[in-house]
Amino acid sequence: MPIPTPFYPRTSALCESHEWRDWSGYLAASLYEHLHDREYYAIRNAAALIDVSPLFKYEARGPEALRFVNRVITRDLSRCAVGQVIYTPWCDDAGKVIDDGTVARLADDHFRITAADPNLAWFQDCAYGLDVDIRDVSSDLAALALQGPSSRQILQQVLRGTNLEGLKYYHLASAQAGAIPLTVSRTGYTGDLGYELWVAPEHAITLWDMLIEHGTGYGIAPAGMLALDIARIEAGLIMIQIDYISTRHALIPDQKSSPYEVGLGWTVNLDKGDFIGRKALQAEKAGGSKWEMVGVEVDWNSLEAQYARYALTPRVAGRASRSAVPIYKDGRQVGQMTSHTFSPLLKKYIGIATVEKQYAGYEDRVSVEITVEYTRQKADARLVKTPFYNPPRKRA
Amino acid sequence: MTKPPANNHYDVIVIGAGHNGLVAAASLAKAGKRVLVVEQRQTIGGAASTEPVFPGYQVDTGARDAGLFLPEIAAELNLEARGLRWLESPVLVYAPQPDGRSLTLWRDTRRSVAEIAAFSQTDAERYPKFLQEVSHFTRVLKRMMTVTPPSLPDLHAGELLPWLPAALNLKRLGDQEMMEFMRVLAMPVADFLDEWFESDALKGAIAAGSVMGGFQGPRASGTTFTLLYHALQAEEGFRSSRFVQGGMGSLVLALAEAAQQSGAEICTGQAVAQIILDGGRAAGVRLAGGEQITARVVVSNAEPRRTFFDLVGAPNLEVAFVREVKNIRLHSSLARLSFGLKRLPDFRAAGQAAFQNASREQLCGHILICPEMDYLERAYDEAKYGGIPTQPVLDIVLPTLTDPGRAPAGEHLMSIDFYYAPYSLKDASWDERRGELIDIVLRSLEAYAPGIGDAILHSQVLTPLDLEHDYGLTRGDIYHGQMGLDQLLFMRPVAGYGRYRTPLEGLYLCGTGTHPGGGVTGASGYNAAREILRDIR
Amino acid sequence: MPSEYDAIVIGGGHNGLVTAAYLARAGKKTLLLERRHILGGSSVTEEIYPGFKFTVFSYVVSLFRPEIIRDLDLTRHGLMILPLESTLTPLPNGDYLYRGADHYETYRNVARFSQRDADIYEDYSRMMYFMAKAVKYVLGIVPPDPTSLNPAELNALLGMARHFLGLERDQFYTLVRLMTMSSADFLSRWFESEPLLGTLSASGIIGTFMGPRSPGTAYVLLHHYMGEIDGVFRAWGFSKGGTGGIADALASSGRALGVEIRTQAPVAQVIVKDGKAVGVALESGEELHARVVVSSLDPNQTFLKLIDPGILPDELTASLRRFVYRGSSGKVNLALDAAPDLACLPGPGAHLRGAISISPSIDYIERAYDDAKYGNLPQHPYIDAIIPSMIDPGMAPPGKHVMSCFVQYAPYQLREGNWDEKREAFGDIVVDTLAEYIPNLKDIILHRQVLTPLDIERTTGLSEGNIFQGELSLSQLFFLRPAPGVAKYTTPVGNYYQCGSAVHPGGGITGAPGKLAAQVILKDW
Repeated sequence: MPIPTPFYPRTSALCESHEWRDWSGYLAASLYEHLHDREYYAIRNAAALIDVSPLFKYEARGPEALRFVNRVITRDLSRCAVGQVIYTPWCDDAGKVIDDGTVARLADDHFRITAADPNLAWFQDCAYGLDVDIRDVSSDLAALALQGPSSRQILQQVLRGTNLEGLKYYHLASAQAGAIPLTVSRTGYTGDLGYELWVAPEHAITLWDMLIEHGTGYGIAPAGMLALDIARIEAGLIMIQIDYISTRHALIPDQKSSPYEVGLGWTVNLDKGDFIGRKALQAEKAGGSKWEMVGVEVDWNSLEAQYARYALTPRVAGRASRSAVPIYKDGRQVGQMTSHTFSPLLKKYIGIATVEKQYAGYEDRVSVEITVEYTRQKADARLVKTPFYNPPRKRA
Repeated sequence: MTKPPANNHYDVIVIGAGHNGLVAAASLAKAGKRVLVVEQRQTIGGAASTEPVFPGYQVDTGARDAGLFLPEIAAELNLEARGLRWLESPVLVYAPQPDGRSLTLWRDTRRSVAEIAAFSQTDAERYPKFLQEVSHFTRVLKRMMTVTPPSLPDLHAGELLPWLPAALNLKRLGDQEMMEFMRVLAMPVADFLDEWFESDALKGAIAAGSVMGGFQGPRASGTTFTLLYHALQAEEGFRSSRFVQGGMGSLVLALAEAAQQSGAEICTGQAVAQIILDGGRAAGVRLAGGEQITARVVVSNAEPRRTFFDLVGAPNLEVAFVREVKNIRLHSSLARLSFGLKRLPDFRAAGQAAFQNASREQLCGHILICPEMDYLERAYDEAKYGGIPTQPVLDIVLPTLTDPGRAPAGEHLMSIDFYYAPYSLKDASWDERRGELIDIVLRSLEAYAPGIGDAILHSQVLTPLDLEHDYGLTRGDIYHGQMGLDQLLFMRPVAGYGRYRTPLEGLYLCGTGTHPGGGVTGASGYNAAREILRDIR
Repeated sequence: MPSEYDAIVIGGGHNGLVTAAYLARAGKKTLLLERRHILGGSSVTEEIYPGFKFTVFSYVVSLFRPEIIRDLDLTRHGLMILPLESTLTPLPNGDYLYRGADHYETYRNVARFSQRDADIYEDYSRMMYFMAKAVKYVLGIVPPDPTSLNPAELNALLGMARHFLGLERDQFYTLVRLMTMSSADFLSRWFESEPLLGTLSASGIIGTFMGPRSPGTAYVLLHHYMGEIDGVFRAWGFSKGGTGGIADALASSGRALGVEIRTQAPVAQVIVKDGKAVGVALESGEELHARVVVSSLDPNQTFLKLIDPGILPDELTASLRRFVYRGSSGKVNLALDAAPDLACLPGPGAHLRGAISISPSIDYIERAYDDAKYGNLPQHPYIDAIIPSMIDPGMAPPGKHVMSCFVQYAPYQLREGNWDEKREAFGDIVVDTLAEYIPNLKDIILHRQVLTPLDIERTTGLSEGNIFQGELSLSQLFFLRPAPGVAKYTTPVGNYYQCGSAVHPGGGITGAPGKLAAQVILKDW
């Protein structure tokens, strides 16, 4: 059975829906109330508190820690200053994505990596022959995301000694919440203004209580996975095993993807020196990729028309879907939309899709499969750039 | 003596002047390439060296028997014209028994049959048939020694073609024998010999040689293959055995001379610190002293793990390859003891008059303390948990019987392979327990050669740790990788890299860690040179 | 003389039953003869102690070919395979390793011993899934003869070569390793923690007289993964009513298809006329005639006992005499007054519905082998125990339990004494070993049934008590099983076939040899 996270005493008391998910073996609330709407709007209009402790966390430390991390990831870490965080994928020897996550530079020779999957063995093998110590600190750190426009104001009251105005997007700082030491990073999975707090498990409850105490006046609300899923699709953030399959989980070669194929081509720095997968990625860059990741915006009129054929109105609001649907171009399937949702904010039906590269032109018209009254129909759609929603406050 | 290289650029740099490195160097130089051999030690030969360990002695510190050396290489490099003298003992194995009897297996099958009859009449009758079967099978295997393995699972006609003769040889065995060949290859040698013989003494004497270099007992599958491997060059016998006058060092000197006469340069006392890479390609070497020497290709005679991790560096290799190299099964199997003796040991079992000619003759092959297969298995039992066997199997040679010049007049050199010696001891380090080896050996030998302890003037013990430290044999593995069925052909040294090439362009391997594998065969160096010439012609 | 039957199948083990049912399904008038009073061979359930049903010999299923269940409609005939949920490895220090169907629960359990192992565990499971997928092909083919130049044989060989050479590189190499390595070495490429290595390596020694460090055991490991197509533990199951439930379902299906079944009908000899089998003579003297005779027994009986030795070529006789049986396992079945209570996990729980494996380390098992290989009883044997009544409540009266303990090693050849003298000592060792981990065990035993390799041989006819009808060693597989020239279910005697575990693909409750034999027979018809 999934086990509780350090925040469970609080989250379980609040979880009126009793709907939980198994996230990497931990209990994660799907939603706290009967509907997830309030949680979603907390992310976009107030502040949401999301327990992200199940993330896998690793620390690399030692004289060759920089060399090690740079060997693993596709981005150039030497440009990452102490106190900075970068988002990056990492690949196998064949340049196929294993996982994606953040790398925080805590000191010159000290890095913290977050990952969606267990990566210790891979990191250890990548580090073979290098003077670096790699530890799995997953259970040594509880993690809490505070996301939303009010997050800074709330957090500033908890972290009195830290100037959050000065904490730039994708940077981190050591801070004190009362007597509790923690790390605060300006990162998140919502595409909004937000922070993530990294704290020892024994202080988890106290930290939660402080945030609720100071946040109540700002409309702080705990948010579950359903609200987060909608927010991350709006932000155009991909999810492992949903939008792409890790090379470690692939059952056939066709299931593997390169960073270029999952919209992360911008993270690949072929000039930084050798790193794992470089040779293959160099070749792919020269020869072209097979797939490309794009945003999809379903044409509302077309959607309405399909429902109207059955005298129905579109029924698409609700939870985001993680079951892929085909994308067609001129009647032929050219890809699939892997995550899709109705955006309550944009009032659009949007999704993240993988399509054959030659059909991946922005503003191109395609059609996506929808199911109306048990029948499969096609609705017109447009390929667009992500993110779908990108408020200036995210970086401000 | 340290001699720096004369130039700073060559066609080929060979790392390590072991016998395979020298064969490769000689073959490449003969083909007109400018070759530099760099050897870390002061003497050449690597694990086939003869060294003056005791005053007036010429001690083989590594291999002692060159029975597996390929005759075609000796001929091609004209080694006999360079002073190489083979010494073929009339006896293959002399096996004294705890009950005072002894079994001698001669090169001459008829003489062996007579000896075996004293133990078992049935076995005596079956022995010639057994040798015949062994030679049928080795004829097939012999073909494979000088052919480069194909890179399965890929199929290239060009890679498979050279295997046709071996395949035809297999087919030529006839349907029944071909099936039998496939059946026995993976068998434990204990089962194989049990099918043939009933006498413990005979089975013990044959089995002991088959596990040489392997950290496996006779009940392990695949040991029948190693039995056949060790019989490859035996004309009619179960074990290839041939000594070199002056010790293995003379073979190596002849190889060095062949190389040098073709223009190869050999530098000793020069350790390679690093293989220089240029854009993912091997471009030369950096010596411990800091000098850089460039070359079109670099060939490593060193053990593969050492080559890739110490000289290339794991961070310069793909992760999957690093995992494979880490997983190469390297195990020590033996410790080496060398004694300088003031007199010939008196093997009681060899008869009352041990100094008579007949007995001297019996002692000039391999003297084997291994009265039964279970004795061998029990020695392995102790070693596999990190212990030192209290009743070890001993494979002894007395080179001075046939080559008196290797010790001061009247004295004798005794060289003992001690089975099994694990690399890691459970409770202590080898440096703490090294002395026990001599005690155990003397206690064991006392039963067979009483008074041997008093004859000892000098002694040297080489533990697996010493073999690693002094001879570059990682984890004490004398074969640079166990000769299990999982580490042969296209799986040796690393799956998919059985063709002497490596993931790095310009870097080749030519040591015993490559196909065909262990022993002083010269085949790895010979094959590697052929492949290199194909690439840089 | 007209034959009363189209086919006579000798032996009512699961493979014999499968062959008979398939022959009847093809419209052949089939008679099946069983020596004992019950069907099943080593797949039998017997009420040895009133109210307690013992799954006497074999006890778990995973390898049974699903197509046989479909073809013979076995579910309608009562077959139900219940999932076996987990494997628990209790440790001498009071700790334990628990692995179940919950991925992350297993992850956390493994991580208590090695974080690295926990990380790699999933990669390992995936690779073994690939391996099971790769060899599934071989389970369904008649072994081709590699010495033959006959186009059909060459074609089959080429097809096989294409299949294997078509694998992805790392999968191809892993398969080569599984065919050649020891289970200890193979697993050490992945893992480092002792309890995990010990327990996984145990699959490599089942029914085999080799230690986990003996090369060849990785193949046996693979053999035990073949049924595990989903790469999950649920693929191991317990047949409702014990493995006798499989025999019952097969018999019921066979009868419905028209198979005539006679128990207590031991066959003395196969009647051969002009080089062809024409029927069998029972020990009672009765003679029965058929167009085809099929033996599901092991080669010792099929060739050396049921056939006049003069009929077979000397070479074949010699190679069949060399066929290695070497029984290595025993069985202890217990009737229990209450549920066993484990020291490491007291009270009830999911762990009681899975396997309890006494395999704390590779060395533990290897040392047991060391004792046994010289003919001694290991004082600390490897034990694979399950509590069938926890999975299928019908196996024991309410509140009471049965426990099935597979024990290795129990050498058929003892150095000193004989098994009739040592039987109870063997039982004591097993109970003592288990009691170290299950403190209440000795107090709740109502009845104990101890089966030595000799007992297995006497009861089931399996030579030397080898549960696979011959060791699954590299030199006894595929076209070498049971001997060159007789690996295609045929024999040198016309119309006389084999269908037992001694032919490809070998032992375990797979039904595969039985099905393949029926295919060959029907093709020859």
